[in-house]
Amino acid sequence: MKTTLGNKFLRHVASALALGALLPLASPVLADVNVYSYRQSYLIDPMFDAFTEKTGIKVNTVFAKKGLIERLANEGANSPADLLITSDIGRVLQGVEAGVTQPVESDQLNSVIPAEFRDAGNQWFGISARARLIVVAKDRVGEDEVTSYADLASPALKGRICTRSGKHDYMVALIASQLAHNGEEATTNWLNNLKSNLARKPQGNDRAQIKAISQGECDVAVVNSYYMGVMLSDSEQAPAAETVRIVFPDQDSNGTHMNVSGVSMTKSAPNKADALMLMEFLVSEDAQRLYADVNHEYPVRPDVKASERVASWGEFNYDSLSMTDIAAQRALASKLVDRVGYDN
Amino acid sequence: MPPNGHSQVSWLIELDTTTDPKRITTHVAWGGGLSFGDDPSGNEPVPQAGASRGISGWSIFALLVAAVVCLPLLSVLILALNPSENIWPHLLDTVLYNYVSNTLLLMLGVGIGTTLLGVSSAWLITHFEFPARTYLKWLLLLPFAVPAYVIAYVYTDLLEYAGPVQSALRSLFGWKLASEYYFPAIRTLPGAIIMMVLVLYPYVYLLARSAFVEQSASVLEAARALGASRSARFYKVALPMARPAIMVGIALVLMETLNDYGTVDYFAVSTLSVGLYDVWLSMNNLGGGAQIASLCLLFVVVLIGVEKISRKNQQNYQHSASRFRAIKRVKLRGAKAFWAFLLCGLPVLLGFLIPALVLAKYAVIYFDESWNENFRRIAFNSIMLSAVAAICAVSIGVFLSYAKRLHPTSWMQSSISIASLGYAVPGAVLAIGVIIPFAAADNHIDSLARQWFGFSTGLLLSGTLFALVFAYTVRFLAVAYGSIDSSMKKISPNMDDAARSLGKSHSNILFRIHLPLMRGGVLTAALVVFVDCMKELPATLVLRPFNFETLATQVYQYASDELIGESALYALLIVLVGLVPVIMLSNTIDRANEIEH
Repeated sequence: MKTTLGNKFLRHVASALALGALLPLASPVLADVNVYSYRQSYLIDPMFDAFTEKTGIKVNTVFAKKGLIERLANEGANSPADLLITSDIGRVLQGVEAGVTQPVESDQLNSVIPAEFRDAGNQWFGISARARLIVVAKDRVGEDEVTSYADLASPALKGRICTRSGKHDYMVALIASQLAHNGEEATTNWLNNLKSNLARKPQGNDRAQIKAISQGECDVAVVNSYYMGVMLSDSEQAPAAETVRIVFPDQDSNGTHMNVSGVSMTKSAPNKADALMLMEFLVSEDAQRLYADVNHEYPVRPDVKASERVASWGEFNYDSLSMTDIAAQRALASKLVDRVGYDN
Repeated sequence: MPPNGHSQVSWLIELDTTTDPKRITTHVAWGGGLSFGDDPSGNEPVPQAGASRGISGWSIFALLVAAVVCLPLLSVLILALNPSENIWPHLLDTVLYNYVSNTLLLMLGVGIGTTLLGVSSAWLITHFEFPARTYLKWLLLLPFAVPAYVIAYVYTDLLEYAGPVQSALRSLFGWKLASEYYFPAIRTLPGAIIMMVLVLYPYVYLLARSAFVEQSASVLEAARALGASRSARFYKVALPMARPAIMVGIALVLMETLNDYGTVDYFAVSTLSVGLYDVWLSMNNLGGGAQIASLCLLFVVVLIGVEKISRKNQQNYQHSASRFRAIKRVKLRGAKAFWAFLLCGLPVLLGFLIPALVLAKYAVIYFDESWNENFRRIAFNSIMLSAVAAICAVSIGVFLSYAKRLHPTSWMQSSISIASLGYAVPGAVLAIGVIIPFAAADNHIDSLARQWFGFSTGLLLSGTLFALVFAYTVRFLAVAYGSIDSSMKKISPNMDDAARSLGKSHSNILFRIHLPLMRGGVLTAALVVFVDCMKELPATLVLRPFNFETLATQVYQYASDELIGESALYALLIVLVGLVPVIMLSNTIDRANEIEH
């Protein structure tokens, strides 16, 4: 038979399909520690690399901001994942609620992590912490003008506040902590007044709010502590960050709201022993120092110091409300954001 | 449509002996998208002389394939039946109006913008001669290679307060604070519309152009002889004839607008997809999110239904059977030439050149931070994965289209239509829809293997590249199928009959007659799916295997923290790699055009 274009095309299709069929086999069969991570690789790889260097155990990761808990739940008992790492307390507890985690008994984890940063039932452990700060324009906001989250609702700040979307995990957690402390009515009022103080429609991430202050668009913003640390260390962004002053809110009352990135062992973890070793490594002094120095986060271990820059902002009282109590209010917090039309 | 029956038979015989590529690439048209039983090219449905309504291996297998492709969509619909809480009272009381109105305004704006830009540039390129026309003809396709989320980052960076544009204005006029002057905010609904128009108009341009090229010059000549002015010839003849093809382009644009999350989230525009992720992630209610996804699907179905009904009385447009003369392009001079050049040049400048230059600048500055020694593997991953997915989507598209040709039953029609709805669902939700059936199948096989053979098979499909390729195929089947099906419909059924009478089998006919004849359409489909896969992000993130990165996931891990500098190198690579098929694509169309002229 003569070679026709059809046959040639068929051959191409066939060879490509064969190649496609081979692809799955190319992905490794895994017996290391496998991590599903809601945090970006560039933020956690330094710790994993240190772990591999120390123990020789490889760490494999999948990073996504959505859907990993659902993936884990559907994969069920056969899931290759050992650990679930999350960037926020809400996501940690969604994992626990979905029933994809298992309790871990470890004296080391329990002894080095303060009780408010881990689960009483040992389902999850905080591995790094950040404070939800208020930052104010150095030249436009007086020393005692803003000292608490409650002040954000003060009429004196009308048209002077910038925040990111009220629906972002970090804002939802802050509102949830207000709910846990002050109840629904007070928190609704507070959020309503905060909303009417906004200088612009909520947009951008925390970094963008700091820039907005430096540009004179607003005078006050709410940001996570590590954004300040990172910006001050970046030669291009430092000038913007230097125009603001850091306020640790609620020093005379509840203390500053904290959030944690957390780790849980999955229910189906196939490499339990190694996975536990990694969990313990993440709260070791070495890894905690990396969290502090590389990411400018607060170590969860009280005995490891924050990075030099972050430490220079001084000691502060943090809110010791348990993360579980905060997370319990998240769904309501998210609805409050809708009700006051915070993002509109 | 091909010439009369007589010459088709001789053509067919000729094919066996010469396989002259010039003869067989005559009909290149990019249909694309949802046809819902309509021929997107506007032809009357080809009388299916060789078609049968009976059941054969082809029809059973085709229904099976369509059913498998529908699985993720079905999973989403089933999820929607099980919300953890009824979200609608809350949404109705609060933000639903906002979600819906923003979504509709966004779709309206992007729809109008892409139509104006796409149709007018296609008309100018097809019928007029002006400076740089030969380059603009393919340059106009380039913005297609730029992901919408990337262009959104780039323009925010350029136009925000600290960006170069406003800084220059300030130093020029001596302003200091933002409050001292007015500058339009980019992170707004109009901003989002402009960004999306800039990267999505090529869908409409591509379809409108091939429709205009296909229109017989003689029809326009006849209109002219009857005294129709130039504008009347465009509005009363050319545009209505091209309408079905243009509508397919707009449908693709609107589906892409509907499933977009990256751009609207970055621009703080609360659309339904933002609401969907909020309900899913903040309220921990995946079922509620799936309900919003189903609402989006409803939008698309209604939209296409309305368009179809509005066209009900206009189905008699038919391409003239033969072309008496090539389109003679009118030479524009002076101001007219300049405006034509500007209209076609501006989208290229704004949609491609500026973003590419900004990315290149950052890629150089941040090279050390973003360069990854695995770079070659990451680029290879992207290209390989996109190529395999393109081949899969095209193969399934060809298969379904041919099976429908053989058995044009309503069953077949509707299952194919449903199978191509995957494009309207936001990627991460579709990904969950893929995980559910795959993991269920894996776990079922595993438990059977344990029971019968005493060993565990683990996960065979989930978490593999197979799942990823499957998700891409489901997502972009609409794009592939539309193009292929419209090429398939241009082949006269007399060809099938003639070949059958020579004793050839159905598959023999497909491979030896149809595929060579539709090579242009098939290639176009493959290339468009390839570029779409290169840009795909949300499904890739959720479904990929361990330690597997693509160019898009590399962009995202920095860009999701608004670190545009660190992400620039990989964004630039997506654009550059996407460029190759875009140029190939335009060559394919050009070759076809040259032959036609």
